[in-house]
Amino acid sequence: MKEVLIRPELCMGCRSCEIACAVEHSESKNLFAAVMEKPTPQKRIYVEYVPEYNAAIPMTCRHCEDAPCTTVCPTKALKQDEITRVVTHSTDLCIGCWTCSMVCNYGVIGRQKEARVAVKCNLCPDREIPACVEACPTNALVFLEVKKLSGVKRTEAALKLARGMQGKAL
Amino acid sequence: MKPKAYDRSIDPASRAMLRKAENEGIETAWDRYEKQLPQCSFGQLGICCRNCNMGPCRIDPFGEGADKGICGATADIIVARNLLRMIAAGAAAHSDHARDAVLTFKKMTGGEAGSYSIKDEVKLKALAAEYGIPVEERSKEEIAAELADALVVEFGKQEGPIQFTRRAPVERVKLWTKVGIDPRGVDREIVECMHRTHIGVDNDPVHILLHGLRTSLSDGWGGSMIATDVQDVLFGTPTPIKSTVNLGVLAEDKVNLVIHGHESILSEMILEASEDPEILKLAKEKGAKGINITGMCCTGNETLMRHGIPTAGNFLQQELAVITGAVEAMVVDVQCIMPALGTLTSCYHTKFISTSPKADFPGTVRMEFHEETAYEIAKEIVRTAVENYPNRNPARVNIPDEKQECMVGFSAEAILAALGGTPAPLIDAITGGAVKGIGAVVGCNNVKVKHNYGHVNLVKELIKNNVLVVTTGCNAIACAEAGLLVPEAAAMAGDGLKGVCEALGIPPVLHMGSCVDISRILLLASAVAKTLGVDISDLPVAGAAPEWMSEKAVSIGVYVVASGVYTVLGTVPPVLGSSEVTKLLTEGLDKVVGATFAVETDPFKAANLMLKHIEGKRRDLGLKP
Ligand code: SF4
Ligand code: SF4
Ligand code: SF4
Ligand code: SF4
Repeated sequence: MKEVLIRPELCMGCRSCEIACAVEHSESKNLFAAVMEKPTPQKRIYVEYVPEYNAAIPMTCRHCEDAPCTTVCPTKALKQDEITRVVTHSTDLCIGCWTCSMVCNYGVIGRQKEARVAVKCNLCPDREIPACVEACPTNALVFLEVKKLSGVKRTEAALKLARGMQGKAL
Repeated sequence: MKPKAYDRSIDPASRAMLRKAENEGIETAWDRYEKQLPQCSFGQLGICCRNCNMGPCRIDPFGEGADKGICGATADIIVARNLLRMIAAGAAAHSDHARDAVLTFKKMTGGEAGSYSIKDEVKLKALAAEYGIPVEERSKEEIAAELADALVVEFGKQEGPIQFTRRAPVERVKLWTKVGIDPRGVDREIVECMHRTHIGVDNDPVHILLHGLRTSLSDGWGGSMIATDVQDVLFGTPTPIKSTVNLGVLAEDKVNLVIHGHESILSEMILEASEDPEILKLAKEKGAKGINITGMCCTGNETLMRHGIPTAGNFLQQELAVITGAVEAMVVDVQCIMPALGTLTSCYHTKFISTSPKADFPGTVRMEFHEETAYEIAKEIVRTAVENYPNRNPARVNIPDEKQECMVGFSAEAILAALGGTPAPLIDAITGGAVKGIGAVVGCNNVKVKHNYGHVNLVKELIKNNVLVVTTGCNAIACAEAGLLVPEAAAMAGDGLKGVCEALGIPPVLHMGSCVDISRILLLASAVAKTLGVDISDLPVAGAAPEWMSEKAVSIGVYVVASGVYTVLGTVPPVLGSSEVTKLLTEGLDKVVGATFAVETDPFKAANLMLKHIEGKRRDLGLKP
């Protein structure tokens, strides 16, 4: 399955992903209309600042294997697809107990204030490429299979190594 | 799959060049636009601030993150400040152009700009009279010298009022004074914009916007209007004339120069130099049948209006002209010139010649233009183009067939003359209901709108509903390309307007000039309002900028609204991040200046908004619907 994978070294901290995510989960799916909507559209990706490293790191749902949030949810509002691993949330079933946020290791389950229910990444089911990925101007977010990203990273690392070797030979 | 060109322009000539670009692997503004997508939402909403180095700050429009900048500026404050800076930049561009025209005029009176002369003595004397300069028994040179000094002073006038604002109806001037926005010199207003938007100065959105109105008024009734009038004195006031437009005006067998940009000072001299026998002889020697000067953007409008010089296209066609492969020189001065032309011209034999001391672009041949030696430089520029003719690669030449006839040159003076000297016949037509009102449709192209789609459809819809359209800038060229600027286009108008056009032998869409010439529209509206004894805001008049993009357009939009004309924008301005500013622009301003903005991206719906407004004003004036 394809996932939203993060290449933190490329993140500029512009927060375009956050806005695109909120717009995608708005009634109108249009920026100019979304800013006027009630309830306020909400983002499901969070660009966190890490002061020690002066770095911005986008955080979003990892759709973990055996996702703990789904196992603790007392109402089965959170469910995981057995094949795709996507964790989805049903506002109708959600009672706003926040047990899910307690167990989420990444803190990416947010709270819709007006409706008092949980909000989290649903991988933009209506889109081919998730909104956050499309909005990122530097490709810090990619929509790939983990295997594929590892492959890309291996190639990059191999290139670096090869360059180093060439330096030695000279 | 539909070719991309189809979605990019409604104009067949432009589509042909877009397909050629695609085949040749050449990048255009549309390709670059696609690479920008999706565009930054903070920017689109106007909620990022870079006015100090504690920032950049941005506000979360969905209320979860930051609701203030570091200094405490809210979205409302940031949006208002950003808008004021846009107005300042736009007003600066227009009025700096005006200043250069005035300085050339002054140099001419002092004998330092020998290539220029006074072409419209009547207008010279009329302007002098407005400034209280005696004209009886004085030579035109004497009058001009005194007028030049008076005009130069206007730019930096520290205390108001500036002269041309007094051309507005008295009710309007009273309103400006009451609201506190009767402008001072445009330089002072612009400087104050920059001061107010510095960190920690003006932080009340209403207060900020009022200064925006004042600044734009100093542009519309000061800077821009001065540019128009001085250029009329120097180069002649336009009168109706026929010409042709679109990329098909480029010639297969002649040396093609495209003059692109905004200032007539340069283009006028290039026209003269292109008729120089020595240069013409050289062209023959190089194997060309002659020299073909064509305009682009507002330079195009200026030379089209005054001399009937064919225009190759509007803003989004600048790259397409080069892509024909038949342009020997793209000669530019200032404003709306894409820096992309540098790389693009290097893919062809085209020489990219930049002439303004203020503006340069990557990849240009610099041939700096100065009034003192204007003719010599112009001749050098034309010579460079001529010498480049043998480098043209015929295998890569593909000039579209499309060229369209047009009738242009409707300055306010020319319109009044066509009406027999007074606005009375137009007013009769309006009060009688044959003509419902006047639509002023202006402005740029913008890749966010299919090229010319917004312009042409909005204008067609208006004339169909008996609204006489006046136009300037890139809208005027779009209308010309769509065949709306010929008397025969009256057939596309409603019966009432059609009758009026046929009786007067005029098109239903009147070309009033370049973007600075929107001042001409203000004067026409003032003339009508004065004859009726009402304010501009009482007239059945509405404005629109269906494809606007530049900061100049922001200044224009604001001074048009501040002058009392309801205006519909076809692309969304970066203000929606602030509900307060948005409300003020679309509702609140009505109480202040008697007009507001509306935003409508669909040209048909936009035309409907304008029609509704016009009908409302007709009702208020007691005219039959
Ligand atoms: S907050 Fe909603 S989704 Fe989370 S555990 Fe409780 S019921 Fe389930
Ligand atoms: S994938 Fe969609 S829902 Fe998930 S963070 Fe990105 S934009 Fe939001
Ligand atoms: S859009 Fe991309 S660069 Fe910007 S904050 Fe999100 S991940 Fe980082
Ligand atoms: S002026 Fe205020 S809002 Fe703007 S960058 Fe500085 S601190 Fe931020």
